[in-house]
Amino acid sequence: MAKPMNMRDKYNRMTRDLGWEPSYQPKSKIYPQIEFEGIKIENWEQWEDPFRLTMDAYWKYQAEKERKLYAVIDSFAQNNGQLNVTDARYVNALKLFLTGISPAEYSAHRGFSMVGRAFPGVGAQVACQMQAVDELRHVQTQVHTISHYNKYFNGFQDFRHMHDRVWYLSVPKSFFEDAQTAGPFEFITAISFSFEYVLTNLLFMPFMSGAAFNGDMATVTFGFSAQSDEARHMTLGLEVIKFMLQQHPDNVPIVQRWIDKWFWRGYRLLSLVAMMMDYMLPKRVMSWKEAWEMYFEQNGGALFEDLARYGIRMPKYWEVSVQEKDHLSHQTWATFYNYGHAAAFHTWMPDAEEMAWLAAKYPDSFDRWYRPRYEHWIAQEKAGHRFYNPSLPMLCQTCQIPMLYTDMDDPTQVVYRSTEYQGEKYHFCSDGCKDIFEHEPEKYVQAWLPVHQIYQGHCGGATVPEVLNWYHLRDGQDNRDYLYSEDRQNWLRWKEASSQLETT
Amino acid sequence: MSVKALYDYPIVPKDTVEQFHGNQLVFIGWDQHLMFCSPIALPLPPALPFAALVEQVLTDAYGQHPDFTRIDWSRVEWQLDGQPFTPNPVAGLRDNGIGHKSVIRFRTPGLNGIAGSGS
Amino acid sequence: MANNMVYLALQNNEDARPIIEAIAEDNPHATINHYPAMVKIDAPGRLTVKRASVEEKLGRDWDPQEIQINLISISGNVVESEEEFAVERLS
Repeated sequence: MAKPMNMRDKYNRMTRDLGWEPSYQPKSKIYPQIEFEGIKIENWEQWEDPFRLTMDAYWKYQAEKERKLYAVIDSFAQNNGQLNVTDARYVNALKLFLTGISPAEYSAHRGFSMVGRAFPGVGAQVACQMQAVDELRHVQTQVHTISHYNKYFNGFQDFRHMHDRVWYLSVPKSFFEDAQTAGPFEFITAISFSFEYVLTNLLFMPFMSGAAFNGDMATVTFGFSAQSDEARHMTLGLEVIKFMLQQHPDNVPIVQRWIDKWFWRGYRLLSLVAMMMDYMLPKRVMSWKEAWEMYFEQNGGALFEDLARYGIRMPKYWEVSVQEKDHLSHQTWATFYNYGHAAAFHTWMPDAEEMAWLAAKYPDSFDRWYRPRYEHWIAQEKAGHRFYNPSLPMLCQTCQIPMLYTDMDDPTQVVYRSTEYQGEKYHFCSDGCKDIFEHEPEKYVQAWLPVHQIYQGHCGGATVPEVLNWYHLRDGQDNRDYLYSEDRQNWLRWKEASSQLETT
Repeated sequence: MSVKALYDYPIVPKDTVEQFHGNQLVFIGWDQHLMFCSPIALPLPPALPFAALVEQVLTDAYGQHPDFTRIDWSRVEWQLDGQPFTPNPVAGLRDNGIGHKSVIRFRTPGLNGIAGSGS
Repeated sequence: MANNMVYLALQNNEDARPIIEAIAEDNPHATINHYPAMVKIDAPGRLTVKRASVEEKLGRDWDPQEIQINLISISGNVVESEEEFAVERLS
């Protein structure tokens, strides 16, 4: 009887050995996208497959994950698991996730399909193809899981439509479109390395731990199911980076520039996660500041020490991210409080106990810079004048976020940066965003900035109600303060009904 | 430096002034009043007199702040596109040198936001 | 080199329990932290998951690739064979 092949040989037979040298067409025609970025690959055979996963093993393990996941989701639905969350304010984190992140998973699926086709190396092709299927699975599991909440809470009903239109959702949308419209090497550096390796823990861990702490076992389950794929994605990201850096010295400055750009774009995107962690979880896991220290400063520090041997340094402006950690979540939440009338999830002020937690976690910033405005807003709300900003915000041309970031030497001063290109002025929230624009201005002058598009008349009309209508955002139901929401009314009613059931 | 592309990359700025129906974009920020989370963006007629900007536009935008009614407009410090600026109240925005996508900042000495926190 | 920490984060469920126990036994230099629904195992230099150790605790044959089902996150360079699954970061 023949001896079974060992893991390495089996993997090679089923993947690498299926590649061939084309003879009908020149390689440059089959793979037209791999030179224009300036990246030089001498030998694709030197690609190291970190996980030697063949397709049969892939389907087996992925099917196992799916079976377990859908069993949990079924059980969650049957047992009215939505009633076990800490309180209905938590559900707003899921609204942000479904409208902001799930469509991005779909974009990642498209992107990996593209690069899987664009790369000539078999090892890279296999890894990208698996990742493309993973990302599709992620969006599907997210939609299935969160659809249960759609039966009971507002704001979930039109996530795809909203992702393409609503002002704050242009932030994740433009992030992925920037990557998808780059070449294959930039795409994979941006997403596999910068997003899925350097920063992934700052997206998934907070949402999933937040879900666990707040009784949302359905989200925990899909989160950990997805995250088990992320381990493979992370190793792809690391392998890609090392491969490019080892193949040719000319690649080093190109890759460094991409690392700088995508660290900054990803970091800005994570402002949404910062506010979610510190403000949207009735039971908090850890502060944004703690998460940044653990997952970026320590973990990321180790990574970049590793990469130093290839000539790579820490991403530009990383020190700004460290300085901003005392302010980021508060400034972002205050922005959504300002624009709560135009957000498809509820906003609210923290209570006294929550403010004590914030003060303890942020001893150098909270009481001095943020508590005063919160106390003012609370007083206004009690007097019947809940504050909403009557004007539309100025947006950064690159990250498309309102210009809410302040100077770390003076947190009362907004950072203003500008440049001119072909006679037009462009504005930025930071040096990081300005640098990105100045390197590829042609790309960013065509940005679809939500506020400007509203003023150009492309968003349903000139008034806020018309724009909300165009968003499919139901005024008075999906938006505004949690205190007056249907979500809260329902929640109190359900909890009272179920506690009455318990006492009979 | 330029974007890398496989073809002639078209340059199509989305926010040229012609696309705003006769208005121009103006950005305004009130320093140290971060109760308003960021500077604001407004489509304004280029001929709008600066006095009208102050009396109508700024009042609508910032009137809710307790500091607003306390502003001594004669002591306000203005900045236009990063430079100190003395507006002419009767002249229009354009004639004051405020162009499309210009940034106006104003500072109200002595008024530093809610409880002096810059909010 | 100062910072050569690696980690494995696993789901905190029944499937993963024998894996976590095996890791604890085979990696005395590791620290194990429990978070909601997750166990994070940190160590300097290397973390090794040995097939034989897991099989002993699990009571059946186990392919180290099965760790994929319960893995949440990793940090370090992956080294895989029929006998073990490891992450390492050597100075």
